[in-house]
Amino acid sequence: MAVTGIIFVLYLIAHMVGNLKAFAGAETFNNYSEFLRELGEPILPRLTVLTIIRVVLLVAIATHIWAAVSLWRQAKRARPIGYVTKKRVQQSYASRTMRWGGIILFLFIVWHILDLTLGAVNPAGRDSLPYGRLVEGFQNPVVVIWYAVALIVLGFHIRHGVWSATQSLGHSNKRRERALNVFATAFAVVLIGGYLLIPFSVLFGIID
Amino acid sequence: MQLTLRVWRQPSPAVKGKMANYHLTDVSPDMSFLEMLDVLNEQLILSGEDPVAFDHDCREGICGSCGLMINGIAHGPEQTTTCQLHMRSFSDGDTIDIEPWRSGGFPVVKDLVVDRSAFDRIISAGGFISAPTGTAPEAHATPVPKVDADAAFDAATCIGCGACVAACPNGSAMLFTAAKVTHLGLLPQGQPERDSRVVRMVAQQDAEDFGGCTNIGECSAVCPKGISMETISRLNHDLLGALRAGAVPTS
Repeated sequence: MAVTGIIFVLYLIAHMVGNLKAFAGAETFNNYSEFLRELGEPILPRLTVLTIIRVVLLVAIATHIWAAVSLWRQAKRARPIGYVTKKRVQQSYASRTMRWGGIILFLFIVWHILDLTLGAVNPAGRDSLPYGRLVEGFQNPVVVIWYAVALIVLGFHIRHGVWSATQSLGHSNKRRERALNVFATAFAVVLIGGYLLIPFSVLFGIID
Repeated sequence: MQLTLRVWRQPSPAVKGKMANYHLTDVSPDMSFLEMLDVLNEQLILSGEDPVAFDHDCREGICGSCGLMINGIAHGPEQTTTCQLHMRSFSDGDTIDIEPWRSGGFPVVKDLVVDRSAFDRIISAGGFISAPTGTAPEAHATPVPKVDADAAFDAATCIGCGACVAACPNGSAMLFTAAKVTHLGLLPQGQPERDSRVVRMVAQQDAEDFGGCTNIGECSAVCPKGISMETISRLNHDLLGALRAGAVPTS
């Protein structure tokens, strides 16, 4: 969970920085997309680096899901008879939405790839350029809301994930606990804020 | 005070249990929660009914025997043991739900009594040191830094009541195991078995049908001894260290 989570967080930072190039205009954005495909050329053939990144992410997501499912099943087995009354004492919203949030995120990722990577469910179609898909897709408020909801779910997932990963890797302690939780929240807010800028900028015509 | 109690009644492990309603009058706010249950039981005995079975021993918050889910919170509204909870924490006319700890690792024996011997098996898997016994060693022979001694002592205050398991949404016993691993792992006497201890105790914990830890923190929030989440981080640190040193995970 923790190790694959770190891979996702690193990827998400790079992805967010890449997205922000939308503000620099169509050419820069499309060139960046092309650069990702050419990365490593001419030493390596086209798409090599990108394929490696994709394989790493696929393996990481499979491992992440496998770990989540085994934890979920273990938790079910650990409490065969539930409580009649059970109250929450201090758990965060983020920590108790990890599982259903994870399922929402998985569905979102599938949609997101079909939408902006492949263009299959995008109004601009399959043969469009990345910038075209971005602008045409986010002109629909329903799409923007769906992305915003999924990103907020992702924010909560990251907020608990960052804290939980430091615990699972044995790097938390009483002194750091507060700072770690503040950092986890701040990081999630900044990252998700960065992501949310793009769809809303398109919707309000700042990017066109 | 007048109270309505909804208590889990289950005559034996094989029989399906259910919540039963009881009314109590003249409950003093100065009674402890267990004394209130004693009053209930006297009332039940006088009317020829089977008294409610519940675990208790020292009644001064140090043995870890008593443990009840009170209104959905392990040990009730105060962060202490059930025996140290007093009726002044409730109001006149309240309805109080009383249930046993719910965990695959803690099967119900009768009513509110659960079998917590899974904890003993986790301890016997590695929660000990193999030191030669005999007369007490010279106190200055093995210096222990003050910070480590304090942290080890904080972890050692765990009384094994099982509230952490009861409160955990995953039904995990991680805080209990972590407290023991931390307590021994911080002291020089605990070093020889440090790697094997954590691997074996975690394996035993998984074998007992406890859940996995996802660092939610409910355990620490209800722990009568305030064992901190730091211990879980220390356990994971030791576990990763043991695995790096070549230990083979057994779960």
